[in-house]
Amino acid sequence: MIEIKDVRKSFSTLEVLKGINLTVNKGEVVTIIGGSGSGKSTLLTCINGLEPINAGQITIDGTVVHAKDTDLNKLRRKVGIVFQQWNAFPHLTVLENVMLAPRKVLGLSKEKAEEIAVKQLTHVGLREKLTVYPNRMSGGQQQRMAIARALAMSPEYMLFDEVTSALDPMLVGEVLDTLKMLAEEGMTMICVTHEMAFARDVSDRVAFFHHGVMAEIGTPDQLFGAPQHPDTQAFLASVR
Amino acid sequence: MLNYTFHWNQAFKALPQMLDGALVTLQIALLSMVIGLALALTLTAFRLSGNRILSGFATTWVEIARNTPALFQIYMAHFGLGNFGIHLSPYTALLVGIAFNNAGYLAENFRGALKAIPDTQTRAGRSLGMTPVQAFRLIVLPQMLRIAFLPVTNQMVWAILMTSLGVTVGMNTDLAGITQELNARSFRTFEFFALAAVIYYIIAKLVTLAARLLAARMFRY
Repeated sequence: MIEIKDVRKSFSTLEVLKGINLTVNKGEVVTIIGGSGSGKSTLLTCINGLEPINAGQITIDGTVVHAKDTDLNKLRRKVGIVFQQWNAFPHLTVLENVMLAPRKVLGLSKEKAEEIAVKQLTHVGLREKLTVYPNRMSGGQQQRMAIARALAMSPEYMLFDEVTSALDPMLVGEVLDTLKMLAEEGMTMICVTHEMAFARDVSDRVAFFHHGVMAEIGTPDQLFGAPQHPDTQAFLASVR
Repeated sequence: MLNYTFHWNQAFKALPQMLDGALVTLQIALLSMVIGLALALTLTAFRLSGNRILSGFATTWVEIARNTPALFQIYMAHFGLGNFGIHLSPYTALLVGIAFNNAGYLAENFRGALKAIPDTQTRAGRSLGMTPVQAFRLIVLPQMLRIAFLPVTNQMVWAILMTSLGVTVGMNTDLAGITQELNARSFRTFEFFALAAVIYYIIAKLVTLAARLLAARMFRY
């Protein structure tokens, strides 16, 4: 369970998160929508401790993320994250990209790491690309590889930060299908996205962020069907 | 007007001697590169350390190495240090001077290469549970070496050519030193130096070729 309590976060004088409260249960898929600069992506990088917070608390299965004695490297093994820019490691093949962390971070044998990597890459439909270097693949393929790379650590939670925003429109579908598949398999996920149809389709709950505040949260039917907050209504009207 | 008669025979007779000198030249250049690379990595670490004294030291080194004549750097290693009672042989002084110069240029190359690698690469590594050291060693360093590889090759060629400055501190066993001595005995300046230049050229070309083959093997992406 991920519990976010009164989290505040500023970049110098700009407060980007103004007291966020959100609890995500095991097996739940929560998507976060909202305009640029609403703090959605920042929240994700705070959850796995890539960014420090100014106030409040985030706990993952009882571990306080930003506590001084928390081993973040260990915590990050169970919280995978995939970014808008997939950040493929260009000097490694697709297989090596996915094998690297299981080998060096989890300390698995080469054989075991390769077995896991092949399994995850097959899962995301890249079985044919094992020996290819990332720059020989499309953005959608690289993004799916990044998802496999995160999954190879057997995380219990996955964070997706606008993973389709940097893709050509025709490549968005293949990545969203991968996310949908994970959701159906019961992965606990928080997805920041601009894909409204996707949010409506896979989410258990949808949250709308506006200027650093979670203005509204509810089931897809509630939020898309009968939004209560005027800012939510305005946002949804503008993206439709 | 041209009343100079070429005597290539004399030069070619001295070829074995000159090739022995070429080996010394290559040896100094290689050693100076090995030392220079180690020093450059250390200087780069100093500059990234965030410690003002260490980074100030490294920056001063790089500034002096890159903005003063290599000849003076070698001179200082021989005669300059000699004033303080530190007497280096011509061979050692030449090696020290070139290694000093290499370290400065290479450190600057490494810094540029590091800048070319986006922070998001480190971030991706960290988000997979890597420690900062792991992320640097497994993700940043291999990419840095590739970017810096061509400038490092250039510096190697430059190091080979710089060894010829050794004659100014009395170096007489390398290619330039031997050529200079042969010249002093025979006054066949054109022949000897033309032949030496060809040898320098061939060494430099072979080094570049070797580096290219190595790069093709090392960097497959």
